[in-house]
Amino acid sequence: MSLNQNILVKLKQAGLRINNKWLVKDVSLQIEKGKIVTLIGPNGSGKSTTAKIALGIYKKINGEAKKYTNKVGYVPQKISIDWTLPLRVSDFMVLTENLKEEAINDALSLTGVIHLKDKNLGDLSGGEFQRVLLARAISKNPELLVLDEPVQGVDFTGEIALYELIKKISDELNCGILLISHDLHTVMSATDHVVCLNGHVCCSGSPIEVAKNNEYKALFGEQASQILSRYEHRHDHIHTNEGKIKKN
Amino acid sequence: MLDDFFIRALIAGLGIAIVTGPLGCFVIWRRLSYFGDTLAHSALLGVTLAYTLEFNIAISVFIISSSIALILIDLQKRTNLPGDALLGLLAHSSLAVGLVVIGFLTFIRFDIMGLLFGDILAVTTDDIFIIWIGGPLILIILKLIWKPLFASTVNYELAEAEGLNPDRAKAIFTILMAGIIAISIKMVGLLLITGMLIIPAAMARNISSSPQMMVIYSVIGGLLSVILGLLTSLEFNTASGPSIIAAALFLFILSLLKIKQSIKLKN
Repeated sequence: MSLNQNILVKLKQAGLRINNKWLVKDVSLQIEKGKIVTLIGPNGSGKSTTAKIALGIYKKINGEAKKYTNKVGYVPQKISIDWTLPLRVSDFMVLTENLKEEAINDALSLTGVIHLKDKNLGDLSGGEFQRVLLARAISKNPELLVLDEPVQGVDFTGEIALYELIKKISDELNCGILLISHDLHTVMSATDHVVCLNGHVCCSGSPIEVAKNNEYKALFGEQASQILSRYEHRHDHIHTNEGKIKKN
Repeated sequence: MLDDFFIRALIAGLGIAIVTGPLGCFVIWRRLSYFGDTLAHSALLGVTLAYTLEFNIAISVFIISSSIALILIDLQKRTNLPGDALLGLLAHSSLAVGLVVIGFLTFIRFDIMGLLFGDILAVTTDDIFIIWIGGPLILIILKLIWKPLFASTVNYELAEAEGLNPDRAKAIFTILMAGIIAISIKMVGLLLITGMLIIPAAMARNISSSPQMMVIYSVIGGLLSVILGLLTSLEFNTASGPSIIAAALFLFILSLLKIKQSIKLKN
């Protein structure tokens, strides 16, 4: 166990080198219960690799990576499912853990795809599939959620609603979240800690701190920095899937 | 009752079909048909070993096949050769070595056709015993590793990330494959075992919409193939293995009719 009971994952100068090429190097971060840590950075900066290191998918890493929980929900960035498998959404939901019917229904309702429950996974659109992936990850009441671009391909209103949902889950389940996203606007409203990657950690801290950092500005440009620091708007309502608005 | 060779063959065949059904689904899902072939080819070496040392064939085949599987895993780690090249290397070299060894064993009369294509006359009460002990054992172990094996078949990283230990499940599955080949070699023959694994499962895929359904249909398909095949074999005096596989093919062709209908509905 960790000294601090709240720590779920701890990386200490963790890195991965494959064929003498560093995919990512010297990453130190920790994920705590109820906190959202966001990884940002350009393409190829090692965000997904860092997430996989945190999850323990890579065995031979440099540095240290410790995971203190086995209750994990993971939404990978790329998922290549072999469609020769006859797999319905309801089969996919219980892939790694047996769940009660109620838990499956609740999770699918939360991400707005309950109507797809009996559909074949191969027949879903990209956005629908993404919602199912997220539903599967949250349905098992995880202590740690790792979301690698969880809203890719989701429509604009859905995207906002799903980020609200992610924030709500982190509060209600008190689970720690490692989030990877390109959308600076939406992410920053909910994030507690930002780690900016570019093959290594170029800066980290609260969203405001990172926005002021010169390395961040160099990487993303002045405009991105303004987005980050100006972001103050917080939603007080949830968008349900029919486009309705529900007050919290 | 067990005195009758046909009844013995039937009991043995049905025992095999119950096991090849679920395993065959994984062979299709995980694209392991060539792997199955490799293990089956290596079984010849196991058979010759059994004859030489006057040892039980099933046990000897199991030992050789699982060793070949372990060698394969080791070679995959050690070399940069692609998986299919390694499989071909092991399949053909173990078959060749097996045949060479047979050449040396001039003092034993071999029924090569029986080895390659199965022989119902050769099924003894001992074989039935091995099939009905080994078969359920394979199924119980498969049931125990089902979750991690299936999850990693769908997506390896999800299974690994969520703590299911897919590597262990994969290793155990490999041993189970060696097990089914060991218990079914006498009945189906080493050239046709992979067919017994794949064809009923492929038939099941055509008519299933969930993994569980596919497993059930695959078992039913296998059982029907054995019954149909053995009846044909008895009636027309054909080899048991090819007759069973031909029956499975017949069921597969029937299943295509259903798939045609559902494609029509989609359009």
